Amino acid sequence: MKSTEEIFALLKEKFGDAVLELNTKLPKEAVIEVTPLKVTDICWFLRDNEELQFDNLILLTGLDDDNGEIVKLEDGTTETKGGTLSVVYHLESMKLGHKIVLRTTTGRENPEVETVSKVWACADWHEREAYDMFGIIFLNHPDLRRILMPYDWEAGYPLRKDYKNPEFYHGMKVPY
Amino acid sequence: MLKTEQMVLNMGPQHPSTHGVLRLELELEGEIIVNVKPHLGYLHRCFEKHCEAMTYPQIIPYVDRLDYLASMNNEMGYAIAVERLLDIKVPERVEYIRVIMAELQRIASHMVAVGTYGIDIGAFTPFLYLFRDRERILTLFEKTCGARLLYNYIWVGGLSHDLPINFVNETRDFLNDFKKTVIEVNNLLSYNKIFIERTANVGVLNVESAINYGITGPNLRASGLKWDIRRNDPYSIYDRFDFEIPVGEGLHGQVGDCWDRYYLRVQEMIQSIRIVEQALDQLPEGEITSALPKRIKPVEGQLYSRVENPKGELGYFIVSKGQLQPFRVKVRPPSFINLSVLGELCKGHLIADVIAILGSIDIVLGEVDR
Repeated sequence: MKSTEEIFALLKEKFGDAVLELNTKLPKEAVIEVTPLKVTDICWFLRDNEELQFDNLILLTGLDDDNGEIVKLEDGTTETKGGTLSVVYHLESMKLGHKIVLRTTTGRENPEVETVSKVWACADWHEREAYDMFGIIFLNHPDLRRILMPYDWEAGYPLRKDYKNPEFYHGMKVPY
Repeated sequence: MLKTEQMVLNMGPQHPSTHGVLRLELELEGEIIVNVKPHLGYLHRCFEKHCEAMTYPQIIPYVDRLDYLASMNNEMGYAIAVERLLDIKVPERVEYIRVIMAELQRIASHMVAVGTYGIDIGAFTPFLYLFRDRERILTLFEKTCGARLLYNYIWVGGLSHDLPINFVNETRDFLNDFKKTVIEVNNLLSYNKIFIERTANVGVLNVESAINYGITGPNLRASGLKWDIRRNDPYSIYDRFDFEIPVGEGLHGQVGDCWDRYYLRVQEMIQSIRIVEQALDQLPEGEITSALPKRIKPVEGQLYSRVENPKGELGYFIVSKGQLQPFRVKVRPPSFINLSVLGELCKGHLIADVIAILGSIDIVLGEVDR
């Protein structure tokens, strides 16, 4: 059983710049920040290393950080420019009993994160949900489709903070 | 060898054995399953978006509607998550009442699982026996908080009502009667030759792929791993009770087959009876409202908190920005994750086995689609 600090040191030694920092500012949960395009390698290492053995991906969450700049358009509506989206991974080793939280942050305009669906099979649906709700593109995902929303939903990604309902969907009024 | 053309068959969304509105796209080679593609979202109501517009206590009635067969457990998980965020300690009596409610609800949820599984396979009678007894649990809940299914009973820091008069005796009576029902159900269904033929050696899930798919709860334990959040990451007061964690043994086939998953739920009901009996014995007197906060406004931070639901590990990931509303609530729905293994389990089996396998996973679509 290892502490988050020890695991962070191991990762930093192995991956260098791809592991950004250990964020302990927030109470309750320490978060290891990593870069979005190295996630797969880091997760393979976390799963297969003898001392770590993170065999269980508890949860994969998409997150809108809501730090973009809100721009007022001419017709009175607003639009969000810039800002970031995040993906949070809660990992656990069932054999050794330690847990960590990984987090990777990507730009809102072109949100791309590497997939971990080959590392843990359950990530497949989690990533589809994050794509569905936030529009995060998981590179090399085998089957990145919407999962909960209709396949032909064109109004955007519902859990983004700036999401607006469309007026009509297939001729049906949406806000009733 | 003669090669036939593959056929695509839709099972659902309106199919009695999909336990709700779930569409399975089956790719068939004759009657053999080549691939199963589940299509979800028919019950999607974007619970997580609703949460961002509501205060913390307002979310509790919505939490009821996730796994609507285990509302008490959902509420308990949510209340514990927010209490951990706020560092509240709830009174002893509240903890005991919560455990009693959660375990009674676990029995009720497993009754539906076991009963409807019998129906899926073609045995109607055990379902009636179990629903007769489930009604008694629901009556107990109704006497306690006024609702049969969606309770809004467990609040952050406390409960909405204390136990009604005579609750302890009535619950004991029920438990004593229910012990006999379990024996009856075992004789009628569990050890029934036809039932065993239909379920043993069907849909075998080994431990490695169960962990890899994130399977939790009875389905994981049926594959032979002793993993229960009540033991492995104890919450509330579960460390005070003496109970066993049953695991699949492959009595009539391989470990982790449909029969194991079914029978594990029967065994868990017996363990839940033991927990409720111990909790009733130890139930202390006291206040139930003393820890209720006036205003719930956690400081900035994030937290993942989990409990053992009848279906598996239910987790809440809450991000707070120091406001009255949560910034983000993400649910880890056990049914959603358990369902993702379906395609893997069905490959190579017959169409009729899809129903047996889906029933043995025990999903609730309210939670899958949220």
